[in-house]
Amino acid sequence: MELLMPALGFFFWTLVAFIIVFLILKKFAWKPILTTLSAREKNIADSIATAERVKNEMAQMKSENEALMAQAREERSALLKEARDAKDKIVHEAKEQAKAEAAKIVADAQAVINQQKMATLVELKNQVGVLVLDVAEKVLRKELGNKPEQEQYIQQLANDIKLN
Amino acid sequence: MAQPKEHETHEQANADHKEGHSEEFNAGDAILHHIADSHEFHFFTLGEKHFTMPLPVIVYSPQRGLSVFSSSKFEEGEVAYNGYKLEHDKIVAVDANGNVDESVKAYDFSITKNVFQMLLAVILLIWMMTSIAKKYKAQGHNVAPSGFQNAVEPVITFVRDDVAKPNLGHKYEKYMPYLLTVFFFILINNIIGLIPGSANVTGNIAFTALLALISFIVIMISTNGHFWGHIFWPPGVPFLVKLILIPVELLSIFIKPAALMIRLFANMTAGHIVILSFVSLIFIFGQMTTVAGWGFSPVSVAFSVFIYVIEILVAFIQAFIFTNLTAVFIGQAFEGEHHDEAHAH
Repeated sequence: MELLMPALGFFFWTLVAFIIVFLILKKFAWKPILTTLSAREKNIADSIATAERVKNEMAQMKSENEALMAQAREERSALLKEARDAKDKIVHEAKEQAKAEAAKIVADAQAVINQQKMATLVELKNQVGVLVLDVAEKVLRKELGNKPEQEQYIQQLANDIKLN
Repeated sequence: MAQPKEHETHEQANADHKEGHSEEFNAGDAILHHIADSHEFHFFTLGEKHFTMPLPVIVYSPQRGLSVFSSSKFEEGEVAYNGYKLEHDKIVAVDANGNVDESVKAYDFSITKNVFQMLLAVILLIWMMTSIAKKYKAQGHNVAPSGFQNAVEPVITFVRDDVAKPNLGHKYEKYMPYLLTVFFFILINNIIGLIPGSANVTGNIAFTALLALISFIVIMISTNGHFWGHIFWPPGVPFLVKLILIPVELLSIFIKPAALMIRLFANMTAGHIVILSFVSLIFIFGQMTTVAGWGFSPVSVAFSVFIYVIEILVAFIQAFIFTNLTAVFIGQAFEGEHHDEAHAH
């Protein structure tokens, strides 16, 4: 039964020891340990939250980048198409212009040729007229020497006039 | 206080010592002697030599005042010294003729085996925890724990997350230093008490009684009106039942810490008794024939080792149970502050 009787001395020393341990550990151990632990836990939680946020931001940025890329690609193809169209248009216009120019040159040339031709023809006509007059003069000179023939010729001329 | 550290040997033969080899072996006495407190630290006996360390005796008597001397002066209960005598490991006052003097009250505040070992444990605990705390302070919260920190930190977070937070809610921070101190104080004394030859500190009722008393005080400080309302006027029961319930509820206030006291005491003492019983079996068989003693020793040792391993587990479990139940009782003392309606039984 002595086992169940608390001894005063040991009780007293346990009280002293417990109070000393409690006071010392409270001030020098539990406080720094617990504050460090909670600070660390907060730090870890913050880090995880930050990592999560950064991950989300990265994903967002990636999708934004992809959208930008797609847009850029679209724009590039649009630009290319436009350039091609412009080129075609320019070439076409140049061709048209060249054709028109060529036509104009040809027309001018033809006009000049026609003019030249007409001038040549007029001159030729004049020349032929002069030659005919010369020939006619010579023929007349010769014909007038021979009376019957002269009459015959006049007759012929008269006949020709009728035909005209 | 000056504690004698030197290892003294006592040469004188002690005829009626409980472990004397010549007389009949009494297992019950031997076991009780081993789990009880003592005024000297007895390590082992070799032949007739007792290897012991004397411890300081501090006795206060209203009539004679304070006297401090070494327990070796008693010469293991043989001799009276300074008007005191050791009788069955209890200090009693004696008169000039060496007879027990009942009229003189003697209060024994000696540094007994238990006290001595407990003080060592306390020094060890303070040194361990403050050195760990220093590491935390020096490294800040950005450095991962290393070394012994790794062993202690999970225990601290366990007490915080699994003992304090579920039972004490948002008020847990206020009780953390107390709960941690109780837990580690019990744990270190449990573990040191398991070292063969050491004192059975946590299996001493004075130790558990003090811890239970402190729990009781903490619980009482934490009580609120709601708690006392439940005790003196249990809601939701008929008047006559109230008359029965009030004394029951009132008693429960004292039964809770008493249960804490007995649980720790009984668990630790029982473990020691079981191990000592298995060891004693060797000597009981040895008294029949030497061969039986030697033959049974492997069985005994095997069982002892088995119980010993369980005891290591129990050392942690009991520290946890004491802390956890204290937290539960504190939680009950101030519960209903925020959920009066939900709690009505």
